[in-house]
Amino acid sequence: MSVLVYTENWNGKFKKLSFELASYASELAEMAGIEPVAVSIGKVEQDELMKLAGYGIKKIISVEGENLDKFDTRTYSRLISDQAKNESATIIVLADNNRGKALAPRISVRLQAAVASGVTGLPEQTEPFRIKKRAFSGNAFATLELKTVVKILTLTQNSFDLREKSVEASIEKQTAENYDTGPGPEIQDVQIQTGKLLLADAEIVVSGGRGMKSADNWGPILELAQLLNGATACSRPVSDEGWRPHEEHTGQTGKVIAPNLYIAIGISGATQHLAGISGSKYIVAINNDKDAPIFDAAQYGIVGDAAKVLPKLVEALKVAGNS
Amino acid sequence: MNILVCISHVPDTTTKIKFTDNNTRLDVSGIQWVINPWDELSLTRALELKDDASCGINTVSVAHVGPVSAEPTIRKALAIGADNAYRVDTEPLDAYQVAAQLAQIVKAGAFDIILCGIESSDYNGSNVGGMLAEFLDLPSVSGISKLEIKEGKVHITREIDGGKEMLISPTPFVGIVQKGIAKEPRIAAMRGIMMARKKPIQLVDAVQTEPLSETLEFEPPKPRPACKFVDPDQPGKLIELLQNEAKVI
Repeated sequence: MSVLVYTENWNGKFKKLSFELASYASELAEMAGIEPVAVSIGKVEQDELMKLAGYGIKKIISVEGENLDKFDTRTYSRLISDQAKNESATIIVLADNNRGKALAPRISVRLQAAVASGVTGLPEQTEPFRIKKRAFSGNAFATLELKTVVKILTLTQNSFDLREKSVEASIEKQTAENYDTGPGPEIQDVQIQTGKLLLADAEIVVSGGRGMKSADNWGPILELAQLLNGATACSRPVSDEGWRPHEEHTGQTGKVIAPNLYIAIGISGATQHLAGISGSKYIVAINNDKDAPIFDAAQYGIVGDAAKVLPKLVEALKVAGNS
Repeated sequence: MNILVCISHVPDTTTKIKFTDNNTRLDVSGIQWVINPWDELSLTRALELKDDASCGINTVSVAHVGPVSAEPTIRKALAIGADNAYRVDTEPLDAYQVAAQLAQIVKAGAFDIILCGIESSDYNGSNVGGMLAEFLDLPSVSGISKLEIKEGKVHITREIDGGKEMLISPTPFVGIVQKGIAKEPRIAAMRGIMMARKKPIQLVDAVQTEPLSETLEFEPPKPRPACKFVDPDQPGKLIELLQNEAKVI
């Protein structure tokens, strides 16, 4: 029996999320007394694959094939389901990102496997299998019991600490054939911004709200994010006004993120916004209204006008960085 | 073409969430129920497409799995402009059981585009759409932020890490929708509310399906410690706290 984890790659490279998944799977396997196995789909070099062994993965299956360069939900879900059967997996771990969210439900139906999506930690127990997940958009946690032989978990990014644990690992190369699932959606064009830190990957996020008053005032937010190696985000009114792009909207209907540090500037902290950031480890709030609900969610706060506080904060950070 | 929009109903997003029976059930007293925000946006987009004659949409239907208490939510969808509705008369237990119920409606109908919201704002499962597609062995596209019909072809934009992908999908297919597909949810006008009373809600018997999971209990998130305030004239103090106390920068 095994825990099978799908470690997604980006142009042949893994990123921190892949290693979070590997760490989670190997710890879970230890807890359940079974073996951790990783499946990688598409071309990934040997050296890169071996990195997974640094996080406790003992068996790495690398599947390559002609049709696998483009992501098709049917092809990928069949492939992962078949791998799970071959490896007698009782737990399948995926990322709770676009791809994982697309695959988990399909694999669930194929294997009659219950799903817990958006988990942030290990199960409380494995027999019967009980695990906590986010519910009511951050206003509660639910304890789910997964009642099937095979279980599927999708792990929230940046919620599980990396656990370095070097093990001896074997790599099994496979070529996938017979995964033609018939006519599917055809990709016409792709637009990717390269070199930009993705909001979901960022450990530090600097975010602005309506209190910033205008798109012209975003300079210090961008500067702060750059100094901290962070990404920028915004609240819903800001993206609705077109001050910032929609991809930056963080909240219930926008992106749900869990960075180590979230700095909310000029954001009052409506329930819908908090739903998107409640997984953050630390929240800092800068707002001129001392009664703003954001201060109930924040560990650190400054009551003051963003236009006055921000330049001073940027200056102080430069001084701290130089010392 | 015919569109089916699957709708869930959820507590209004501003509702204070409370639990009852030893935290095993949602306390529904005083809850204002609304159409799940992403389902509402899907419905809005479906109706926009129908309004544009060049898209060739004949009907927009909605489907819901749940007891009679959800009918006001379904009527709201009809008031916004859906032509007809299906309700599978059973308590929704988990995503798998709900998707199995929806699958029978799709099989019995002639739908070209089946839309589901990416998740519901109550259980945050994000599973029903993908499960429905797999039950029906149909292609699916997740994370849709734009949906257009040009010369009979379905053009989709979906979000991927760091960018967008533009696709053309064959029909029928299941579209799993996120924010961006429509700007603002459509609001029912008085005429729409009056007309909705006469529109049919077709009752569908549930198929026998066991759920795969069970929600045992709920708990509120842990309260965060009280906020430490820093003098606005000395923001350097904040940097110090983040470096030495929180150790996050």
